[in-house]
Amino acid sequence: MLQITNLHANVGDKPILKGLTLSLNAGEIHAIMGPNGAGKSTLGYVLSGRPGYEVTEGEVTFNGQNLLDLEPHERAAAGLFLGFQYPVEIPGVSNVQFLREALNAQRKNRGEAPLSGAEFLKVAREQATALGMDMEMLKRPVNVGFSGGEKKRNEMVQMGIIDPALAILDETDSGLDIDALRIVGDGINRIMRKPDKAVLLITHYQRLLDYVKPDFVHVLADGRITRSGGPELALELERDGYKELAA
Amino acid sequence: MSDDMDIKDKAAWDAAERVADYEHGWSSDIETDFAPKGLTEDTVRFISAKKNEPEWMLEWRLKAFASWKTMTPPDWAKLNVPPIDYQDAYYYAEPKAKPKLGSLDEVDPEILRIYEKLGIPIAEQKLLAGVEGGEDGGLPQRRVAVDAVFDSVSVATTFRAELERAGVIFRSISEAIKEYPELVRKWLGKIVPMHDNYFATLNCAVFSDGTFVYIPEGVRCPMELSTYFRINAENTGQFERTLIIADRGSYVSYLEGCTAPMRDENQLHAAVVELVALDDAEIKYSTVQNWYPGDAEGKGGIYNFVTKRALCQGRNSKVSWTQVETGSAVTWKYPSCVLNGENSVGEFYSVAVTNNYQQADTGTKMIHNGKGSRSTIVSKGISAGHSNNTYRGLVRVAPNAEGVRNFTQCDSLLLGSLSGAHTVPYIEVRNPSAQIEHEATTSKISDDQMFYAMARGLNTEEAVTLIVNGFAKEVLQQLPMEFAVEAQKLLGISLEGSVG
Repeated sequence: MLQITNLHANVGDKPILKGLTLSLNAGEIHAIMGPNGAGKSTLGYVLSGRPGYEVTEGEVTFNGQNLLDLEPHERAAAGLFLGFQYPVEIPGVSNVQFLREALNAQRKNRGEAPLSGAEFLKVAREQATALGMDMEMLKRPVNVGFSGGEKKRNEMVQMGIIDPALAILDETDSGLDIDALRIVGDGINRIMRKPDKAVLLITHYQRLLDYVKPDFVHVLADGRITRSGGPELALELERDGYKELAA
Repeated sequence: MSDDMDIKDKAAWDAAERVADYEHGWSSDIETDFAPKGLTEDTVRFISAKKNEPEWMLEWRLKAFASWKTMTPPDWAKLNVPPIDYQDAYYYAEPKAKPKLGSLDEVDPEILRIYEKLGIPIAEQKLLAGVEGGEDGGLPQRRVAVDAVFDSVSVATTFRAELERAGVIFRSISEAIKEYPELVRKWLGKIVPMHDNYFATLNCAVFSDGTFVYIPEGVRCPMELSTYFRINAENTGQFERTLIIADRGSYVSYLEGCTAPMRDENQLHAAVVELVALDDAEIKYSTVQNWYPGDAEGKGGIYNFVTKRALCQGRNSKVSWTQVETGSAVTWKYPSCVLNGENSVGEFYSVAVTNNYQQADTGTKMIHNGKGSRSTIVSKGISAGHSNNTYRGLVRVAPNAEGVRNFTQCDSLLLGSLSGAHTVPYIEVRNPSAQIEHEATTSKISDDQMFYAMARGLNTEEAVTLIVNGFAKEVLQQLPMEFAVEAQKLLGISLEGSVG
């Protein structure tokens, strides 16, 4: 599904990714772990096309398409979803309006008919309920006045409504208490643990992986993957720290 | 008209086809009668004669014209306007096919087609375009009565019979001068005095048409009233005049919309709007101003110099101004409330968008003379391109006005790094019991917001439209529902090409 080959990327003049190679197949969940500053968030931004993140070398294909040729909104329409580490507030725009416009923009891009208000609300209600979020919160402005945990939960509601093929989740576990962590973990499994979908979980800690079992774990250090393995690698990292393994 | 004009019209039409940015930029071939070019006493007499006006009206116009010649344009606004050659314009343009007001059947079908193209419901059975069978369905079937002003004349007012049954008078001002002279004379020039300012005085001399509304005591106007202004003819100024009188305990909601063809030269629009609300009366006045703003290089566009003022004369009277200003090359406009009545209320909700080389200096005046009078000002300025956008407002509390309250909020949103936002609040309080609050913010659309929206599937322009509509929401939600939808789209269209 996603094939990253020898990816180099700069932020400003500073090289952050330095030859990263990674391959995800449909039906797989991959976790990327690594110390601060290793380039984890940069990877998420580069894959979703954030302006200011410049690819200097390498290739990324997504379902056979050259991902790097696409604008951010085209990547979204192609099925890529980025769960933000710090979800952004948009005053005056309700979650419902934001998501409906986003979803219909994606559908239009794919040549599909827009969802009516009623159809959209039905989907939104299902997803909010499944994630234990009040419909009232969906009517509030996007992330405004939400706690850290509510923002992350809102990202999962968005993911459920948009129903992407590939989710890149950037530290979705940070800022969550234990109960919220379980709800979010269940959400990821329910929405994304499917034969035709894949997930790239970016995280510092093992704890989210207790709820979302990865098929593969990779260590990202100094801009490239330094080690790959199965779920046991995450436990090893938790015990020994990155220093031992990154070298 | 000459062939030359037809060719120019054709050119303007073609330009409109090519540049879809301003969707109302087309012009139409309508046979038009013009007053002789230029501005002299004869022009004033010509207009008055064309309208078959009574003698008192002509005298009033001539007095204004004599004063205007001695006046100079105001120079205090943060606007850069080249000197206007008042002799190089037409002051009166009338479609040749004589309109017979009150009967739609006799309006030139070509003019009806123009309004149809603009999405304006002249035919009485029609709702506003875009509302009929809206995808969510279930919108209340609201009807809107329309006064359509085409260049210098009103070509149709709709729903007259039904309004008359409720006692509401909804007329072009030309008709009202003849049919209801006492009412007109009682209030015309009483809210905006003849010598108020350069442009208001000019309007007194040469105003050609506009709308007159009278809501009798205790009547809630059974439908929205609206006027759609269209400048079609070339080199022609539009000087309309609106007078709305809300008698005791009455209510009316009124909306005006405006468009003009794209032309390379600037055209002048100098309107005067006067509102008066007596005891317990309420007027809600909404404007969606979409005059041609000029092209991306700042060529052409309407000079919009407008004086709007409301007199809240009665106890508990209320006037609420809501404006969405996206058009015009230059906007100079301060819809104000003179709050004479005890416990009277004035409101001003404004969204002003400037893009490319547009300039707007707009705001309000809240003059608190009445005890316990209250006012709210919410201004949202959005500047993009090389434009400049200024909020200018005055809150004044008279010595005898006890217990006055005002709340002002001025927010500015900047797009790009070449545009300017300016806030100039004047506060003059002469009574110590007043409570005045002023809040102001200036912000930019953040890269984070843009990327967040784009990562969810919106393209650059959709993302800007969404964020800007969120910014302006407090104001947009004051508009009648149908017009709120129209205004939201307009904000997006106005800002096309401003980011990225």
